[in-house]
Amino acid sequence: MSARADAGMLAVFGELDATVTAIERLRALKVSDIVVFTPVPRHELDHALHEPESPVRIFTLVGGLTGAATGFALGTWTSLDWPLVTGGKPIITLPAFVIIAFELTILFGALSTVAGLLINARLPHMGLEVIYDPAFSAGKFGIYAVPQPGQGASVRQILGDAGAEEIRERPEEVRVGTV
Amino acid sequence: MATVVRSETHPDIGSYEDVNRDILKLLSRPGRGYRILLALAIAGVIALFTAWGLQIVLGIGMSGLRNPIGWGVYITTFVFWVGIAHSGTLISAILYLFRARWRQSIYRAAEAMTVFAVMTAGLFPVIHVGRPWLAYYLMPYPNQRMIWPNFRSPLVWDVFAVGTYFTVSATFFYIGMIPDLAAARDSAIVPWRKKLYSTLSLGWRGTNWEWKHFTRAYLYLAALATPLVLSVHSVVSWDFAMSLVPGWHSTVFAPYFVAGAIYSGLAMVLTLLIPIRKIFGLEAYFTTRHVEQMAKVMLLTSLIVSYAYLCEAFTAWYTFEPAEQTGGYLMFGATGEYWWSAWLMLTCNAFVPQLLWFRQVRRSIPAMFVITLFVNIGMWFERYSIIVLSLSHEYEPWMWNQYRPSLTGMIIILGSFGWFLMWFLLFLRVLPAVSVAELKEVLPPPLRRLRAGPATLRRPRGGAEEVRP
Repeated sequence: MSARADAGMLAVFGELDATVTAIERLRALKVSDIVVFTPVPRHELDHALHEPESPVRIFTLVGGLTGAATGFALGTWTSLDWPLVTGGKPIITLPAFVIIAFELTILFGALSTVAGLLINARLPHMGLEVIYDPAFSAGKFGIYAVPQPGQGASVRQILGDAGAEEIRERPEEVRVGTV
Repeated sequence: MATVVRSETHPDIGSYEDVNRDILKLLSRPGRGYRILLALAIAGVIALFTAWGLQIVLGIGMSGLRNPIGWGVYITTFVFWVGIAHSGTLISAILYLFRARWRQSIYRAAEAMTVFAVMTAGLFPVIHVGRPWLAYYLMPYPNQRMIWPNFRSPLVWDVFAVGTYFTVSATFFYIGMIPDLAAARDSAIVPWRKKLYSTLSLGWRGTNWEWKHFTRAYLYLAALATPLVLSVHSVVSWDFAMSLVPGWHSTVFAPYFVAGAIYSGLAMVLTLLIPIRKIFGLEAYFTTRHVEQMAKVMLLTSLIVSYAYLCEAFTAWYTFEPAEQTGGYLMFGATGEYWWSAWLMLTCNAFVPQLLWFRQVRRSIPAMFVITLFVNIGMWFERYSIIVLSLSHEYEPWMWNQYRPSLTGMIIILGSFGWFLMWFLLFLRVLPAVSVAELKEVLPPPLRRLRAGPATLRRPRGGAEEVRP
């Protein structure tokens, strides 16, 4: 997804099915440099884009397991650090540490999920000149496509035929300052 | 002429743009009623900190606590607020996993309520310990003799549970809001708001990869928050159940507390949202259908807590243990000197909500408002009954004592409502109180095809409508 801001065109759509049609036709033309903007997550767009599974789940799993291990380790190590038999029970009382381990599983899992989101979605993304239109957070869909050399006319044709309300090509129209 | 397809849950909302207009409008229109409420809330906060300051200067005796009643209204109110905090994550996470299509318009306000309720609850252990400057002792780290806190103690579990709950629910609240903060940024005119929303939205643009990772992260956060909700009040209940105090030492406490927490939390959500709906004109977003669905969950949880009341009385009787029988609140409580507390609890939590069996009651907004007030009061007295009744009648009759909440204690409790309300009112004016992006998920999408003829929407079971070109 390395869409270059100087070479592409930004099409604004008012309807979901028109956006999906445009994505599918662009993919048929082997235009791979596509960015889709949407005010609401819709499965139709995911299906049209054929994107691989998000790696955020790995972050969640690793964070959760780290939390569980930390919880058990904390209880065990502090008990061994000052061994004191209470009530004739073992020094390392794992059932009691399950609570700590459980809470840390959730805590570490949640925080690493957030880290996974920020890393993968490349957020925060501030203070940069970006391709955007404020209408994309209200009700409009958008496609930013960078055609291969010689494909410009056909990309324009696809976007127009699919039902784009507007196609912007001049860099100063495509980019807004900062968001 | 375009054929208009309406949403099942929100038939009065026209388009995606309408959602942005109606919701973001909340951020720009403070009415007179709002200012009066905020002033009252701030007055409550001033009262809270004045009374607390007085208690710090003059000593914990101001609270009316004395042996053997070491836990009084502060711990009661702590448990009350932690309970209130439960419905937010219930609505946002559990109903999300169940794909309940009525949660979208209410979950943000409920989540905010969760965060502020935990912030309120967090004050009470600190107020209660009497020496708040030593509150950092709660943190799990070794003291000057290199001794660590006891990880087998329910009180340490509670620190972990409530601390995790606050962190995770605040994170969930903020992450879910990022797309809406971007929407607020794009329509903000006032410079400080523009700057605030630009910073908080982290430069969100709604691109396909942002949404892809966002929806997955949201799902996993919901999946982690779900067991957390059920665990937090279980752990709070073990503060009681792990001890040997008669009336507390009971295996039914975890499910009993969790059901009670969800019950009181839903009641508080309705108590807050019914006036907000009216004041801000959000009838199209928060409909009688929402009220009815929450009323059904309230009825279920009311029956569970009623069962727990009976169960406690039965086991106390069945033990033939005098301490259990006199300490258990139904035997001693319903007839002893705290009879008013036990009967308030039973009336408000078990008897009045039986009205929810009737559809007309569930669909009547004024009736639901009144019932939720009863439940809020009843749930506070439930915790009061559990804590004070058991502590005042433990094993040794010569140690029995009575407890009356002091004026300081009462002012601090009332002030805590002001503290909670102040944060909630500020939230309504500063952050998007209804999820803009998620509401659009339950609206029919704008379709080019509809210009030609009526839509054929394919509707997978339980999921959102899906359109294929």
